[in-house]
Amino acid sequence: MKRFGALLLLPLAGLLSGCDMVVLAPAGDVAAQQRDLLVVSTLLMLLIIVPVMALTIFFAWRYRQSNASATYAPDWDHSTKLELVIWAAPLLIIICLGALTWLGTHLLDPYRRIDRIEPGQPVTQDHKPLRVEVVALDWKWLFIYPDYGIASVNELAAPVNQPIDFRITSSAVMNSFYIPALAGQIYAMPAMETKLHAVINREGTYSGFSANYSGAGFSGMRFAFHGLSGQAFDGWVAQTRTASAKLDRDSYLELEKPSENEPVRHYASVDPDLYGAILNLCVERGKMCMNEMMSIDAKGGLGLAGVRNTLPLQYDKLARRGAVFGNDPSYVASICTAEEAAAVSRAARDAWPSYWPAKNLSPLRGAGLLRPGTDSRSAEADTPPLGLLRREL
Amino acid sequence: MPDTLTRFIFGRLTLESLPLHEPIVVATFIAVALGGIALLGVITYFKLWTYLWREWFTSVDHKKIGIMYMVLGLVMLLRGFSDAIMMRLQQAIAFNGSEGYLNSHHYDQIFTAHGVIMIFFVAMPFVTGLMNFVVPLQIGARDVSFPFLNNFSFWMTVGGAILVMASLFVGEFARTGWLAYPPLSGIGYSPDVGVDYYIWALQVAGVGTTLSGINLICTIIKMRAPGMTMMRMPVFTWTSLCTNVLIVASFPVLTAVLAMLSLDRYVGTNFFTNDFGGNPMMYVNLIWIWGHPEVYILILPLFGVFSEVTSTFSGKRLFGYTSMVYATVVITILSYLVWLHHFFTMGSGASVNSFFGITTMIISIPTGAKIFNWLFTMYRGRIRFELPMMWTVAFMLTFTVGGMTGVLLAVPPADFVLHNSLFLIAHFHNVIIGGVLFGLFAGIAYWWPKAFGFKLDPFWGKVSFWCWVVGFWFAFMPLYVLGLMGVTRRMRVFDDPSLQIWFVIAAFGAVLIAFGIAAFLIQIFVSIRRREALADPTGDPWDGRTLEWSTSSPPPAYNFAFMPVIRDNDAWFDMKQAGYVRPLAGFKPIHMPRNTGTGMILAAFSVALGFGMIWYIWWLAALSFVCLIATAIGHTFNYNRDFHISAAEVTRTEEARTTLLAVRG
Repeated sequence: MKRFGALLLLPLAGLLSGCDMVVLAPAGDVAAQQRDLLVVSTLLMLLIIVPVMALTIFFAWRYRQSNASATYAPDWDHSTKLELVIWAAPLLIIICLGALTWLGTHLLDPYRRIDRIEPGQPVTQDHKPLRVEVVALDWKWLFIYPDYGIASVNELAAPVNQPIDFRITSSAVMNSFYIPALAGQIYAMPAMETKLHAVINREGTYSGFSANYSGAGFSGMRFAFHGLSGQAFDGWVAQTRTASAKLDRDSYLELEKPSENEPVRHYASVDPDLYGAILNLCVERGKMCMNEMMSIDAKGGLGLAGVRNTLPLQYDKLARRGAVFGNDPSYVASICTAEEAAAVSRAARDAWPSYWPAKNLSPLRGAGLLRPGTDSRSAEADTPPLGLLRREL
Repeated sequence: MPDTLTRFIFGRLTLESLPLHEPIVVATFIAVALGGIALLGVITYFKLWTYLWREWFTSVDHKKIGIMYMVLGLVMLLRGFSDAIMMRLQQAIAFNGSEGYLNSHHYDQIFTAHGVIMIFFVAMPFVTGLMNFVVPLQIGARDVSFPFLNNFSFWMTVGGAILVMASLFVGEFARTGWLAYPPLSGIGYSPDVGVDYYIWALQVAGVGTTLSGINLICTIIKMRAPGMTMMRMPVFTWTSLCTNVLIVASFPVLTAVLAMLSLDRYVGTNFFTNDFGGNPMMYVNLIWIWGHPEVYILILPLFGVFSEVTSTFSGKRLFGYTSMVYATVVITILSYLVWLHHFFTMGSGASVNSFFGITTMIISIPTGAKIFNWLFTMYRGRIRFELPMMWTVAFMLTFTVGGMTGVLLAVPPADFVLHNSLFLIAHFHNVIIGGVLFGLFAGIAYWWPKAFGFKLDPFWGKVSFWCWVVGFWFAFMPLYVLGLMGVTRRMRVFDDPSLQIWFVIAAFGAVLIAFGIAAFLIQIFVSIRRREALADPTGDPWDGRTLEWSTSSPPPAYNFAFMPVIRDNDAWFDMKQAGYVRPLAGFKPIHMPRNTGTGMILAAFSVALGFGMIWYIWWLAALSFVCLIATAIGHTFNYNRDFHISAAEVTRTEEARTTLLAVRG
């Protein structure tokens, strides 16, 4: 039986050597450090697991009923020394592992900027990080490069040995942004932003995907991640800039609609405010952004009038139609009189070229917002950053 | 308006809701219907309805309820396993551009149903059934504290199972994964009935679980035989106590979080929506505050089983009883402090993540101590390798691997690269199959003679054992490898052809497990056929150590004619050592609870209420809710709840046993 077992293991070993264990052999320094922690923790635990398994087999064999030569002590049920060992041995291992965990978790915190490109090569002033804004859509990935004003769908490129700063959000449901060769994953959540800092050390094409089930098209939610030399990356940027498509709010709303197995797309230019608008659920015209509402609330809010003053994200709007009891919640596009609300909605429907008809509104009552139509620079100084609204004013 | 009328009567239930266009479902339905009709026919032909109703369905006897829980678990295991094998097949063939044989609509329901069924309707009934059957016998009680509540709890669990099964043929099940994270499970992204089936099935079954938890806590606290102090309780009773404390403390969280999700879905509140101040992260936190204790709810009683089995079959007192008990209690408390390790990747700060990572690791210390205790119970023993002991050794070897990968996943940076991967899938199947399921099989083989008076057939038991153990390793070791290759869970199709071989090996393992399940069923069938040859008239076939082995097999309705008095923690072994003589005279009438059908009726109304809510059939929901309340109130006026087993009948029962012991002995 044992020999057969060994024979069975042979093809297994062959298989293992043939397969690409990307988690154990990544191409990015962060993933490599995570791999190291994985290996060290495993070895630490094997210190206790292997003896336990060996003892199990040994005791089971040694004290089998048919072995009359083995000692039999039916009433032996306590030994203080042994109990100490039993509790202390796992405790010691866990103390080591716990220390390792505390250090590793803080050093490899995805929110922390990386401090080295690879072992022995610290990040210096010359390493300007590449910023990438990542949006998980149903069911594809949108990557915006704010430094270059370009965007791509289901394709990500980055130069090797240059820190990458990811800002990650989602348009509708939760996903997890994961490129195993580069670094560990982090959730992409609607109306929230997560961060990831990483670096890719070897050129090549790696696979990235969503690691959190997000609905029907989840299996096809994959993208290629190209680790390119500096020159090749510039070429990739130049090539992307030649694309005919442009990503503005309208084309984003088109892109955002659920679709499966999307091909790679490039956008030669991107609305610079798009990512902020996606994050704050206000891509559609005429909507108040979440951060704007939050700053109104932070300044004391607007009482009950402020409760329902944002338009929901496109898909959640369907949720309101599905509500069973009572009417769908009503909301206004801004805080104003009823007539003006109607006018704003009409205006939004008619697709205003400039989407915030501020001049037509009577003064806002909130403490946090500028009065529309006023141009007081001094008032702006103590107004929190309000994104779209402020700029339009 | 006939359309309005139809909508009023049927809610959103239409002919299109029946999955007539899905051949796989139709074929399943036909098979299930034929099987069901055949079963009903057999019951009618042999005129078993009255017997079943009187002796089983309305029974408040904890032993019969325990057995019914086990039957429920077994039936649902077949359903949950069918889902598993369909997934394995899909993943083994969906390569090189092939879409496999399941579309995403179908596949996504299958993996959701697999998880929900295996946890709520297989593992939970099995565990609850085992505790129900064994605990009162182990503590020398005649029944649980609240026998009617026990019957009601069982039928509520069945009610939940019925709703899940109904979703297969009427409408559809959730396509969200087994924990139904919003916003995906919100009405916007899952507008159909799937998530509602999920919510109502769990709410109905959850009532049963919570009540049975309360019941068993009371039983263990209040109904122990004289002399059985807390530190003389058998370890299985201890682990059951801790499990039920966990149930009572954590299931209300599940109920509340599902209630909030229902409010979001039904009345448009914004607890977990993306906008209006809702926050899906709260759902994830809350559901895991229930979910992590849940895994200990499942495993703790089986730790008890392994303790009983190891001690009995090694012919030795359990090594380190006190540290075993403290380890269990420590695990119970710590299980509330680790929930966040299920979502390190949500972006909590490093300090939060390390806190939860380290508390998780700390749990492995008492767990490790337990493994050592079993190990040193075997040390200097005389180990009889009967089936329960074989399962225990397989558990010790399998579970340590699962425990190790679990601690690995508790290291946040390692979790970042393995979270949601097939490595994670392999890990929790490693502990749930290797721990919970192996423990259940050990427990079933161990206590079967107590329940029915004959042992299980060892040959088919060994066939089942080897198929399960080997099948498990074949099915899940490839998933560890795939996880390290960066393959994530819940995928339906794959691009990379080099992965296929591993999925094929995993599918082969699943087929072996299928043989294991088949062999288990054959084992039960063969054992019933050979019950004369396998009979155990003594009531103590394994040279047992705890109180349940002191009474006859199967035990009489009243369990113990006289209250035993306990002097040691291996009470029955101590009694045997001290030359215990069974009392043969002086029996008194025994006060017992009377059977009632109210539990089943209440559960039936609950199912109707759930069905009405799922399909927006408001009149049905309202009507069944009113009936539910009315029946519950009506039952409080039923004063005919108890009776006495006469002294003559007790004497008759005990004399029959005396004769049996004399003939065989």
